[in-house]
Amino acid sequence: MDSKVRFKLNGEHVTMTADPLRRLIDVLRDDLGLTGTKEGCGEGECGACSVLMDGRLANSCLLPLAAVEGKEIVTIEGFRKTKRFELLKECFTEEGAVQCGFCTPGMVLAAEALLSADPHPNERAVRDGISGNLCRCTGYSSIVAAILAASKRGEGLW
Amino acid sequence: MSIRRPVRLSEALYIRQCEDTVLMAGGTDLMVKYRAPAGARPSFTKDVVLIGHLKELNYLKVYEDVARIGAAVPLARILEDASVPAYVKEPLASIGSPSVRNLATLGGNICNSSPAGDSLTMLYALDAVLTMASSKGFRECDMADFIEGPSKNRLAKDEILIEVAIPMGAYDRTFYRKSAQRRANAISKVSFFGVASVTGGKVESIAMALGAVGPTVIRDRDAESMLKGIAVPGRREASDRALEHIAGLVEPIDDLRSTKTYRRRVALELTRHFLEEVVGL
Repeated sequence: MDSKVRFKLNGEHVTMTADPLRRLIDVLRDDLGLTGTKEGCGEGECGACSVLMDGRLANSCLLPLAAVEGKEIVTIEGFRKTKRFELLKECFTEEGAVQCGFCTPGMVLAAEALLSADPHPNERAVRDGISGNLCRCTGYSSIVAAILAASKRGEGLW
Repeated sequence: MSIRRPVRLSEALYIRQCEDTVLMAGGTDLMVKYRAPAGARPSFTKDVVLIGHLKELNYLKVYEDVARIGAAVPLARILEDASVPAYVKEPLASIGSPSVRNLATLGGNICNSSPAGDSLTMLYALDAVLTMASSKGFRECDMADFIEGPSKNRLAKDEILIEVAIPMGAYDRTFYRKSAQRRANAISKVSFFGVASVTGGKVESIAMALGAVGPTVIRDRDAESMLKGIAVPGRREASDRALEHIAGLVEPIDDLRSTKTYRRRVALELTRHFLEEVVGL
């Protein structure tokens, strides 16, 4: 049942020998130990499992491993090595945008995907950008403020 | 069950010809439908053929009279394309969330064949034409003839939907509204899509479709005929007659998302809003 799937993961070429029907989130967490990617609903509704696929936000619970062949995947572990992450981390901390933290990896990647496409979003665009990411602690406003702050302070980063 | 990733459309069609398979483009419906407990492989009942990556299904070209969209083009790409008219985009933007729209495809929404599929009202009203390929060749099918009921359509076992052609019209009145539990990641309780063009003070063309109020999307061509040529602004006589006719076709059900009473009422009020407030009948 196993076959080889080749893709780029956090900047490095990887070849996974695994069941290609398994979900990407399971391969990331169980085979590769990348547990920053969380499973909330398992149905593409909560966004906790978000990763970047070719720079775009994607739910890793909806992707069979075979679908990432030849793609570039970035998880929160890869993204945290960037300057953009440092700024988002600062802004999330300052605005109190992290409480239990379960949604945070997905939320940060949603912010990255949004700011990459639109470096100066208004509040409405920020809310649309994170509309697929559920947070049960903050009430969202502090997260929106953090992303708007990162957009303001991150001149030239995105 | 296994998953296959053909490199070319011809290879995918060959697999379809030889085996009973299920096609997966974005996977946003199928991976939920066949979801297994966390960590376990999805419980598909047929072998899966991945087609989302196929170049032959990933083009988007808007001509003067028609938009030709490859069946595996993700919704996000349609929304980002400046040449696609806003009235085509609006229903697509109401689907899922940014991450879901990055994966989900127009062909997938059609072949999932849900009465609540949010691209479908638009495709019915605009007379979209679908092109299917098989190893024997190509065939076309009108959108309205393709879906037979919830999750049932006329895609044959050896076929793949490859293109959605949407005729382009000069509409000066457009209205789309989706009623759902919340704005993102919610399935429609009821939805409405309507377009019209008014020239010389008369309705020149008009098309409407209602979602989630019957086993398939409902389009009432008789009601539309009653409205063609009617003077605008009108005195609500024509719109009342059309609404009465549409009311006879709307057959909503009670389910976990809504009730038939709510669906019927909102469907007809959205239609009334379009006819009276947007078109001015």
